[in-house]
Amino acid sequence: MNITKKIVLQFTNNTVDQPILYKLIKNYDLVPTIIKAEINPHKDGFLAIEIEAAKENYKNALAWLKSIGIKVTSLDEQVIWNKDKCTHCGACTGACPTGALYIKRPEMTVDFNSEKCIVCYQCLKACPFKTISVKF
Amino acid sequence: MEVKKTFAEINEKIRKGTAVVVTAEEVIEIVKQEGTKKAAKKIDVVTTGTFGIMCSSGAFLNFGHTKPKMKMSKVWLNDVSAYAGIAAVDAYIGATEVVEGDPLNIKHPGEFRYGGGHVIEDLVAGREVKFRATAYGTDCYPRTKFEKTITLNDLRDAFMFSPRNTYQNYNIGANTTDKTIYTYMGILQPNLGNITYSSAGQLSPLLNDPYFRTIGIGTRIFFGGGIGYVAWNGTQHDYDCERNAKGIPTGGAGTLSLVGDLKQMTPEYLRGASITGYGCSLCTGVGIPIPILDEEMLEFTAVSDADIEGYIIDYGTKYPAAEPGNLGKVTYAELKSGEVTVMGKKVPTAPLSSYPKAKKIANTLKEWIEAGKFELGEPTQLLPSPRNKE
Repeated sequence: MNITKKIVLQFTNNTVDQPILYKLIKNYDLVPTIIKAEINPHKDGFLAIEIEAAKENYKNALAWLKSIGIKVTSLDEQVIWNKDKCTHCGACTGACPTGALYIKRPEMTVDFNSEKCIVCYQCLKACPFKTISVKF
Repeated sequence: MEVKKTFAEINEKIRKGTAVVVTAEEVIEIVKQEGTKKAAKKIDVVTTGTFGIMCSSGAFLNFGHTKPKMKMSKVWLNDVSAYAGIAAVDAYIGATEVVEGDPLNIKHPGEFRYGGGHVIEDLVAGREVKFRATAYGTDCYPRTKFEKTITLNDLRDAFMFSPRNTYQNYNIGANTTDKTIYTYMGILQPNLGNITYSSAGQLSPLLNDPYFRTIGIGTRIFFGGGIGYVAWNGTQHDYDCERNAKGIPTGGAGTLSLVGDLKQMTPEYLRGASITGYGCSLCTGVGIPIPILDEEMLEFTAVSDADIEGYIIDYGTKYPAAEPGNLGKVTYAELKSGEVTVMGKKVPTAPLSSYPKAKKIANTLKEWIEAGKFELGEPTQLLPSPRNKE
């Protein structure tokens, strides 16, 4: 059975130049969709991807990534919506292109479905109270 | 028999614990079930609430005298300048003043991470604030420099005085240009990509007393989590405005000047705001009780989102150019549904004012009144309105 996961791979300057995606596809039969990628001047970086894979292959791929020093986290651990600080004004919902941040009706409260998040950073600009943060 | 009640009679019931208080949301259903007459007889007070960004907000602060004395001519709180062109140790911190050294919109859109609204939030949250003052020195006030870390408790006096709060209704924001624009109505996507609005609608104070029959100078209110008062009409108070068949203004219309002790307030209802590309501000919670003096007042408070209309304004073209014109009129019921049709196109909507917080404020005010902790303040002077003309 295939599973779909949104994960973030964190590279250090030792691993950043390796063909990680190529190996994930070739050796583990993973189907990645790139959401976002960034490398800083210190050669640290991250790659946020959505992965579709057989469960066993996904497990083996994670073990391999760990063995070569790449930290893997779930995307929803990286995009943090601080529910307690949120005023539920709804400003973010007008900027979010995927409906990850949405309004529950009829209560009119804001909720966050991290599954739909594509880390576009629009909510960071839209929230007047800085209640959403992205950590990579 | 005709329903007639006075402020004094309602206050007597509040003291006895027998007053019937409902929120402006609850009253809608009650009127549907029981009819206006029965509901007007039963209900004594309808509580309202709103929680939104209100730029024309600020606080008067008195720092207490230093030794030796000082006539502070420039003051800063966490490097945000406050207006000190008043008496020696008084100043006014305004919500939209941006911290010194902020890059503003040099790299557009600016973030505006810290300003006067944030200083006010820090103060009410009890957080330490860096206070700095300079002066030119006089014979009676020789000191020229002062710096100290302070908290709200160290201030001799601190009261909010906001010259324009609780807009009766407001423009609905849209953008027909092909570029994203960053406005006080939030981020407006190109080619009518989204629509933003900022009103608590049926819960909003001034939409429940559209002709200012009961809200006037001296009205006691929920203000920032504490008790405050209506001090005057707000700046740009526009009462001779367009109204719909129910008497509800279709534009900004009325506003209030509000005053209240900052030391009673809480950061839950006073939140510093950063509006990307626009500036800093303060999100303020206000609740106003409406006395049901007669059937007409009850009818006014039974207003629902479907009765309240507003104009969609193009913030990409007409608004900045100060030109008339709009993209149509919609109701708040339509806006709250999440989608409206503009120029034949379905456009998603997003609120900027928190309905859940507005509801919480209306409920809190209801609890205060039911507990006998909050009596109605009868206006000593009514505000300008087509009904209240001398």
